[in-house]
Amino acid sequence: MAKPKVATTSLCGCFGCHMSLLDIDERILELVQLIDFDRSPINDIKSIEGPVDIGLIEGGCCNEENVKVLQDFRKHCKILISVGDCAINGGIPAMRNMVPLEECYEEAFLNGPTVVNPSGKVPDDEEIPLLLDQVYPCHEVVKVDYHLPGCPPSADTLWEALTALLTDRPVELSYELVKYD
Amino acid sequence: MSTTQERTVPSICESFGNERSRMMDIVLEVQDKLGCVDAETIDAIAAATDAPRVDVESVVSFYSFTSQKPKGKVVIRLSSDVPDIMAGALDVARGLEEELGIRFGETTPDGMFTLEWTSCIGMSDQAPAALVNGLVMPSLGPGTARRGVQILRERNNLEDLQGTLIREYGDGENSHDLVRAAVRNNIRRPGKVIFGRMESGAGLIKALAMSPAEVIRGIKTARLRGRGGAGFPTGMKWEFTRAAGGDDRTLICNADEGEPGTFKDRVILTERPDLLFEGMTIAGYAIGAKIGLLYLRAEYSYLREYLEHVLERRREQRLLGSRVCGKEGFEFDIRIQMGAGAYICGEETALISSCEGLRGDPKNRPPFPAQHGYLGTPTSVNNVETLCCVAPILEMGPGWFSSIGSAGSTGTKLLSISGDCMRRGVYEVPFGTTLREVFEMCGASEPAAVQVGGPSGQMVGPDDYAREICFDDLATGGSLMIFGPRRNLLEIASQFMEFFIEESCGYCTPCRVGNVLLKERLDKILAGLGEKSDLEYLQKLATTIKTTSRCGLGQTSANPVLSTIENFKMLYERLLKEPEEGRQRSFDIQTALSQAQDLTGRESVHFKQG
Amino acid sequence: MNNNNQKISLTIDGVEVQGKPGQTILEAAEAAAVYIPRLCWMKNLTAAGSCRVCSVRANGRVQSACTQPIGPGMVVENDTEELRELRRNLIDMLFVEGNHFCMFCEKSGECELQALAYRFGITAPKYPFMFPQRDLDASHPEILVDRNRCILCGRCVRASQELDGKHVFGFVGRGTTKRLAVNAPDNLAQTDAEADDQAVAACPTGSLLVKRVGYAVPVGQRKFDHSPIGSEIENSDVQD
Repeated sequence: MAKPKVATTSLCGCFGCHMSLLDIDERILELVQLIDFDRSPINDIKSIEGPVDIGLIEGGCCNEENVKVLQDFRKHCKILISVGDCAINGGIPAMRNMVPLEECYEEAFLNGPTVVNPSGKVPDDEEIPLLLDQVYPCHEVVKVDYHLPGCPPSADTLWEALTALLTDRPVELSYELVKYD
Repeated sequence: MSTTQERTVPSICESFGNERSRMMDIVLEVQDKLGCVDAETIDAIAAATDAPRVDVESVVSFYSFTSQKPKGKVVIRLSSDVPDIMAGALDVARGLEEELGIRFGETTPDGMFTLEWTSCIGMSDQAPAALVNGLVMPSLGPGTARRGVQILRERNNLEDLQGTLIREYGDGENSHDLVRAAVRNNIRRPGKVIFGRMESGAGLIKALAMSPAEVIRGIKTARLRGRGGAGFPTGMKWEFTRAAGGDDRTLICNADEGEPGTFKDRVILTERPDLLFEGMTIAGYAIGAKIGLLYLRAEYSYLREYLEHVLERRREQRLLGSRVCGKEGFEFDIRIQMGAGAYICGEETALISSCEGLRGDPKNRPPFPAQHGYLGTPTSVNNVETLCCVAPILEMGPGWFSSIGSAGSTGTKLLSISGDCMRRGVYEVPFGTTLREVFEMCGASEPAAVQVGGPSGQMVGPDDYAREICFDDLATGGSLMIFGPRRNLLEIASQFMEFFIEESCGYCTPCRVGNVLLKERLDKILAGLGEKSDLEYLQKLATTIKTTSRCGLGQTSANPVLSTIENFKMLYERLLKEPEEGRQRSFDIQTALSQAQDLTGRESVHFKQG
Repeated sequence: MNNNNQKISLTIDGVEVQGKPGQTILEAAEAAAVYIPRLCWMKNLTAAGSCRVCSVRANGRVQSACTQPIGPGMVVENDTEELRELRRNLIDMLFVEGNHFCMFCEKSGECELQALAYRFGITAPKYPFMFPQRDLDASHPEILVDRNRCILCGRCVRASQELDGKHVFGFVGRGTTKRLAVNAPDNLAQTDAEADDQAVAACPTGSLLVKRVGYAVPVGQRKFDHSPIGSEIENSDVQD
């Protein structure tokens, strides 16, 4: 029987949650026995190939590309998990939600102290994804089955949730495993 | 601070004895004289009344009719109530915006005009209506509204707004020298208790010949219940108040008629003030109060001078003051306490807070007002209409009163009827009248729905038209808004939610936050972004607000959603779709991207429009 | 007359509890080692009844346990499925209403709002975030006011008056515009607030912080890192 497939990605995040996944230390050997990776920075596959059992999303949605990737994950993943505070509440990037979008663009492309932009215009390059009006938590964009909060969630939290799902146990996180920092 | 200000503020404070408990009167008068209560003025009031400045700021910032920023010399407040919108208030708004070149919430650069929306001003029978400073402008159209502005500009005479703007006075006492309002009474059907009887003053005489306990017994025998909507037995309330300890007790008449669509108290105050004051005096005698407060909503300030005049006449007639009607040991007088634009102050403990010069936050119960109310005194708060039943009961006898109406609901009920019908206005009907009978009276053919009891009541449809207006079936403060077949009922529910968001005091979590969330999701549904599971979401959220809120506002604010789900579920279902590919229907990518598309001048790569 | 030795017998979730005259449901429960979740309530302060997290059913009616006095034979429901859900919803509301960035907040691990969410096992709020615009007042040399984290519980307002004998804080505005204000025209520096005021310590979240003492306690040793809020009450002895 084929092993369950797991895909992971980071949207508007810092990859810290992925680092936390690596923090499961030697248990990663056990994990590799249990699963195969589809798209993930761990194997550098860039797009989802196909039906996936568990998708892990780090980061919230700050731009159109994030939405595209997230919708793609949702479409292909049986179970989708928001991993970390950014995915769950926007996290640090969501601090821009209290600033008008115009000011964000101006700071990034026109007025910021490190900006060199002779054109004096906000670039209209298609390679730069359009920003959303605000940073959205993942579950406000697509349905999300589980949330693992934390900045990042601890390796134990990730391990517990993953192994529970892979062994058909209910995901029941103990008090120590649900933390927001 | 200018020198006028330096002198004005302390002298206003002094005229109210520098009493913190008169803070409402102080800030209202300052607002009236100076056009705002700014930071320096707040400091001056705080100094004069020896109050922490943050407490003064707290009051000023709470009420709609007081402001910290200067407003125009003429403040036009257009009523945003549903019957006003139905009658074309949005067209009036557009006309005013075009004429003045400003948007709502703004002041013209010359400092002359401010445009604002305001909650129901008690003129739903002659909507759309606006307040121009204190002056009521009923039955507006975009043309008349614009002309009004033009006339004000041309004549530039703000001293006499009335003379400048009002062409014709309304009927009855609306044309009294001290009222001179364009408001019409629209009494469509006088009934046996309030509008159909001549006032004789005999009720008070009879009451004073009895003991207070006997008066209370009479009210109990008549089975009089509160007309504000909750229906608490009046006699019992008086008994509790009388039984509470101490020498000082207070009677408060709640004339903060703020439930949208209600205007019957306006008509009582205009046409039957003596009946009300007689009822208050009897109530004062029954509970043992020396002081009665009439809490008059700011929207009805145009009636204040007239009411003061009636009170003054009653004092001269010895119907108020020491030894009322020559009765030894019975001293009673009435003071008018103005409100300042806050629906929540219709809630009795919030009303007491406001009378005490505080922000209109409701109080925790217990203690109940009957034990510990206005400034700590045992207090009975009664509705205008309730108090107007008192003198007739005393005069004609409890048996006469209880023979009117139905078994559990004696007497008559004043209905304020607005919306889609031929004859909007006030109807005094015996309790037990059915909705269908009401429609016949007011000329409403086949309404799609009727909102019974204002936004905090319920929206019912044809299945419920045989139901009776009474405490045991459709209990209501009397607001009936009728909606014809062309109305979008869910949009109306959303407008009601907007009202509650605007009027929540913000004290407790569920009401402050929950109503915003409720409207957010309802609006998503109305925008076509709803999905099946939203119904359960709305119901659970609404139940949380209803169950955990601290006062009557929050306990009823979810009713527009709950009652439309109950009675008009198919309207929701028609708008709800299944989500596709696990996406949240509430997330609209085009809305989320539109700003960035404007700012970068390019289209989305991933999400093409259309 | 109120006799202090007099007992009032009531039940909480079916268990008989002995309370004293004048006690609220919350106080009687606490004396009986029963925890009723709460946020705006604080010992030695007048009860506000504003957060509604302590909602219980008392003789069938939902009441705030912090304001409702006990009565003989009262039947109180506290830890029921219905009430847990209502409380969870209220906590969710407070999270989406403000801007609670726990990941960098100095109060994290000691914050009562966060601790309640932990206790209720909340992994994400069910309501959409509002991301309101709130301001921050860093004018005072010793104290920071961050209104992003303010839940309008009013503990600082009452503590300042009732414990500090001052009047540093108050509320202005109403409804969605209600906010914590200070007793000065512009900012906290103009008031008589001091870092050791009980009003500052009374803040359940990171809305009022003493400057330059943050992050002193390492992660793992903070108040709510290992044991849920309320467990100190549940593990206490029943008082006579």
